[in-house]
Amino acid sequence: MIKLDSFRNETRTWLEENCPPGMRTPMPDDERVWGGKKPVFKHPDAKTWMDRMIERGWTAPRWPREYGGGGLSLAEAEILSEEMNRLGCRPPLFSFGLGMLGPLLLDIGTATEKERYLPPITRGEIWWCQGYSEPGAGSDLAGLQTRAEDKGDHYLVNGQKVWTSYAHHADWIFCLVRTDTSVKHAGISFLLFDMESPGIEVRPIKLISGTSVFCETFFDDVRVPKDQLIGEINGGWAIAKQLLAHERSMISQLGARGGNRLPPFKDMARRYVGDGNGRIADPLLRDLIARELINDRAFESTSKRAMGAAGAAAGLASMLKYYGTEQNKRKMEVLMKCAGSAGLGWEGDEFADDDLVLCRSWLRSKGNSIEGGTSEVQLNVIAKRELGLPD
Amino acid sequence: MIEQLTQEDRKLLRDTAARFFHERSPITALRQLRDKKDAVGFDPGLWREISDMGWAGILIDENDGGVGLGSQALGVILEQSGRSLAASPFVATVLSAAPIISSAGNPEQRGNALPGVSNGVLVISLAHEESPRHAPHQISTRAAKNVDGYTINGKKTFVLDGHVADLFLLVARTAGQNEERAGISLFLIDSSLPGINIKRTTMVDSRNAAHIQFDNVQIPANSIIGKAGYGAEILDPVLDGARAGIASEMLGTAQKTFDITIEYLKTREQFGAPIGSFQALKHRAAEMFCEIELARSAVYSALQALDQKASNTAELVCVAKAKACDMIELVSNEAVQMHGGVGMTDEANIGLFLKRARVAQQLFGDVIFHRQRFADLIGI
Repeated sequence: MIKLDSFRNETRTWLEENCPPGMRTPMPDDERVWGGKKPVFKHPDAKTWMDRMIERGWTAPRWPREYGGGGLSLAEAEILSEEMNRLGCRPPLFSFGLGMLGPLLLDIGTATEKERYLPPITRGEIWWCQGYSEPGAGSDLAGLQTRAEDKGDHYLVNGQKVWTSYAHHADWIFCLVRTDTSVKHAGISFLLFDMESPGIEVRPIKLISGTSVFCETFFDDVRVPKDQLIGEINGGWAIAKQLLAHERSMISQLGARGGNRLPPFKDMARRYVGDGNGRIADPLLRDLIARELINDRAFESTSKRAMGAAGAAAGLASMLKYYGTEQNKRKMEVLMKCAGSAGLGWEGDEFADDDLVLCRSWLRSKGNSIEGGTSEVQLNVIAKRELGLPD
Repeated sequence: MIEQLTQEDRKLLRDTAARFFHERSPITALRQLRDKKDAVGFDPGLWREISDMGWAGILIDENDGGVGLGSQALGVILEQSGRSLAASPFVATVLSAAPIISSAGNPEQRGNALPGVSNGVLVISLAHEESPRHAPHQISTRAAKNVDGYTINGKKTFVLDGHVADLFLLVARTAGQNEERAGISLFLIDSSLPGINIKRTTMVDSRNAAHIQFDNVQIPANSIIGKAGYGAEILDPVLDGARAGIASEMLGTAQKTFDITIEYLKTREQFGAPIGSFQALKHRAAEMFCEIELARSAVYSALQALDQKASNTAELVCVAKAKACDMIELVSNEAVQMHGGVGMTDEANIGLFLKRARVAQQLFGDVIFHRQRFADLIGI
């Protein structure tokens, strides 16, 4: 306990000295730092903050120090997160490398693979994207058809992915490919490759919220060196599922926090239906709001409890993903009820910025329970893994 | 601060309690109490064994004859007793009445009551509610001061195990108006005093409570606990402990209800397949699983906050009881539905779980009460 107390004090002091004032403010979506070969730092303090955190190993607090992580214990990482929240520090770096590929490679990667791929992730040098879904393989992901043919010294990849998040900005992709067409699950492999490889075309998809974070990605005779296969040939499905558990944990957390630049739920609700003292006079709206705040607290406790549990069991990751995203959608609907016509603006100066963000966030939230496996798929996973219900 | 239970301690306690309630108080025991219209409404032998295990004194300090293990340990026990629907004066005595004496009783009151609770020889019931819905400060029972002490006049309802209580922990008003927090006082009194009229109420969960009428009941001056008019200061935190405790019981009851239902889904066949293979039922079962786990986290957080005397304990208790209420309503209803016609029969146990669930939901405030209280606490 004494050791943890001194860690907390050191951390607090370090953050106070090193987190620039501009990085202690709520973060608009477009100021989020994704790193990559051509990093964009829209806020003038963002690069300083990222660099200092990289140097400290705190872009990946729990990863081993040899790969650029912080080597922190679970308890220390929780303290760091609490202290960052206390000061309102922005996360210095976002990436699917930190949230998905990295944790996977830490679990199953060879020493060579870890040395090759992990340090650029903690340093924010490579922006990774995920090539999973295909037009004909959504919930039935194992039905994917993108082929990787063994050409002796390389694989030749042909096919199409869809819903590839940020593929138009990404440097590299982790991709599920079919290496055996005679079987379903047992014919899938897990490949990493450079998005600058010849034969790749990316087209952003415009969403109902007006943004384009997802893409269609086409592969036409893309050559991939053979040492960029992770795990065994045709052994990709187990890896895919393991990575999905990391993805689901990540999305569930984004969902719970709103995952965007919308102010906290309670503040937004008060903005629309609160009186001068922040009280909500309408008893029915007040009940709806209290209900979701209670759900938020229970979800927060559940996330903490799941983190403490040994290993990220597939069923628990699915539970968090299901509940976190459905919860976020419920909260958005409550806010839309509170906002009335003020929440229905699409663009223009007649609406406050938060009003417009609410409307777009509400629309964007519809994707939370689809991306990373639909709610229905999560319920199937829970029924099978946690409850043992028969097929 | 209570010593934190280690994971190992907690597991040991849980296993011991699970075995105890499974062997000593199976659901058939509750059926027997119901069917023979047992005069006591619980098995005094079981109650004595519970106290022999040290569990009746689990919240009571060692100096007062208890074991002082705190709320998280209490939660472990109640979760297991909830699984077997064990009927005992635990909620009345251990959860609500004794903690009031523990927190504010004078040495004489402590000495008279607490060792007896720990030893399982005293049943003390909290005589608090006056209306069908939980309303902690809605007290119109009066305690009028006179030269010999106080004269009590009023009516109480839903007094758990009130028909067999040795003592009452009475909540009455010495000043102020019906809804006011100020002016409430607490008294520890003998249940056999002249002017006390007790009517047993047989409840839907096969357990018992009582309506109690006080007509000019004269009680001695030294029966007051704490300072006159400041009873709510003592009562409110104790109620929070009781709420988290009953939420723990609900967790166990819901988990067992769910386990029975999942087993049924795996074995009952229709259309040539186990009904648990149908996605319409799978998804509902998975949703129940999520709600149980969310409620579990909320309950554990509240129990931990109670032991640590955290500043946000009341909020976390509201979260726990609100989630437990919503969760068990869903689980108990779905359990009956998924059992089909069997779920409607008295022979199947599932109905007993449904019945206990509704009683537990109302105890110490239902979901509506706790949502409102939560909203008040966080200032919206």
